[in-house]
Amino acid sequence: MSPHAVALRAGLQRGRIEFRQTTTSPQDLWSVMFFPVIALVVMYMLRDNTVPGTGFSLGTQSIPGILGANVVFAGMMMLALSLTMDREDGTLLRAKATPNGMVGYLTGKVLSRAGTAVVGLLVPLVPAAFLFDGLRLGEASAWLTLTWVVALGLVAVLPIGAILGALFDTAQGAGFVGVPIMGLMSISGVFYPLSSFPEWLQWVAQAFPLYWMGLGLRSAMLPDAMAAAEIGDSWRHLETAAMLGVWALAGLVLAPIMLRRMARRESGSTVAARRHKAQQRTM
Amino acid sequence: MLRGRRSLKVSNALFNDKLEGMNAGENGTPAIATRDLRMRYGTVDVLHGVDLHVGQGEVVALLGPNGAGKTTTIEILEGFRRRSSGDVRVLGVDPDDGDEAWRARLGIVLQSWRDHGRWRVRELLDHLGRYYAPYGTPQRPRPYDTDELLELVALSDRADAVIATLSGGQRRRLDVAIGLAGRPDVLFLDEPTVGFDPQARREFHELVRRLAGLEATSILLTTHDLDEAERLADRIVILAGGRIVADGSPAALTEQLSGKAEVRYSKDGERHVDAVEDATGHVRELFAKYGENIHDLEIRRSNVEDVYMTLVQEFESGRRTEAPSELAEVAR
Repeated sequence: MSPHAVALRAGLQRGRIEFRQTTTSPQDLWSVMFFPVIALVVMYMLRDNTVPGTGFSLGTQSIPGILGANVVFAGMMMLALSLTMDREDGTLLRAKATPNGMVGYLTGKVLSRAGTAVVGLLVPLVPAAFLFDGLRLGEASAWLTLTWVVALGLVAVLPIGAILGALFDTAQGAGFVGVPIMGLMSISGVFYPLSSFPEWLQWVAQAFPLYWMGLGLRSAMLPDAMAAAEIGDSWRHLETAAMLGVWALAGLVLAPIMLRRMARRESGSTVAARRHKAQQRTM
Repeated sequence: MLRGRRSLKVSNALFNDKLEGMNAGENGTPAIATRDLRMRYGTVDVLHGVDLHVGQGEVVALLGPNGAGKTTTIEILEGFRRRSSGDVRVLGVDPDDGDEAWRARLGIVLQSWRDHGRWRVRELLDHLGRYYAPYGTPQRPRPYDTDELLELVALSDRADAVIATLSGGQRRRLDVAIGLAGRPDVLFLDEPTVGFDPQARREFHELVRRLAGLEATSILLTTHDLDEAERLADRIVILAGGRIVADGSPAALTEQLSGKAEVRYSKDGERHVDAVEDATGHVRELFAKYGENIHDLEIRRSNVEDVYMTLVQEFESGRRTEAPSELAEVAR
């Protein structure tokens, strides 16, 4: 086996081990679940409201968007955060000191984060199925759509997470990115159909993968009639695939450049300096 | 055990020959060779032309106070930092151009890692070892067997422990085990015993000596502890103010730094203290003259530490920029 293939396989092992660490840690699980859990509770209380122009429950309509947003959040933000934390504690430098260690490290990181994001989608879906009427989870076509949207969505957002993780030197810095993402979530039709927003805002929302992730998941889980509440009265699968694909492509081109730049700058003294700064913060 | 203590440093001429012949073949290649290595951060020069040479299987201690440039030197050799100028070869390769196959031959133990806290000891060793498998040779199978490695650093009973729960000394031994996972040709140890209690320090010293004998691994370690350097190294290189100020075997350095030896003994119930150049000859004479009447014999080369400290202080305060005359011999 070539050294590269060996490193990829080691990366698979790393992904499995880190995925297991996350799914057996209550704290980690909560950090992936808290947003959908809280959102589900709120939407359950609003379940009697209906989507404008239809008799459909606004609560049910919001479930796919909430779960989609959580995939973006858990995939992108968590990857960015763990990259910065791994730089602080020397995990990344360890990867650099190992032959082809970066290949294995990134493979493992991306896989474990993707796995965690999928858990953050599927687990809240179980109570949601019982609490909200009208989700079409019994149909094979729903799961087919869900699979390709989530897969393509992850390929679109994980590289962004890697780029953010490479850009920010500290976990705090990367944490600030959460703020604009929250803002983006409020204009992306997660909780309320985008078609009732002003048109310029619709254009802004449609530039980002978050909207398309939500739209794709709504198309998977909601009855076809609900397409009427969307822009253009359509699920726009073609546009969804195109937009997520463009983001994925851009990310996959940029992320390796950024990651290489980040790795090049890593050394023992940079880790020590960062830790020194971190210690001063906590004092 | 350590191999025979080597005496004074190779001359400059010999060194140059080695540098030129470096790509001649595996066996002739020194583990580490630098010539006129310089490092400058902004306007501050950290290294002012360091000539360092580590032969195959040699254990060399880079000794010096904090801020002398030890870590900078070692990071340049590891390929983690780009030098400002000078020639550097590690295993015959310029670290700035080192590829993954080159990296596979190095073992790196930096100061205080705290990574992979959630992993288990055996899990991490096994995982990191995998990357080295394609680089094994019949003479040097890679990676090291995980259980053997655990045995070597005395962590077998902690194999399934979560790394964050290890004590400081155990964590450090794990770091060394990771550094050895690829059965390296060259091992870098940066301040390996900082924060150790005396017991842990002694155990660690035994481990390093065992390694050097076991695998013919070249070891470059940094320390600011003279005693540690004397215990571990075949050769000590003293770095102060970004310059090498002395380079030689511990015995040679001790002789150069301490000058006379103190011979203490009692004869006919009376205590004597003689300060002499040649302690062995003096004692031989004493025995020849007085035979059984000599008791409580003790020989000390005193003040090595004092001389070292003075030397370091002078370099740090900038009062001195050249090696002192008595050391120039050693350094040249």
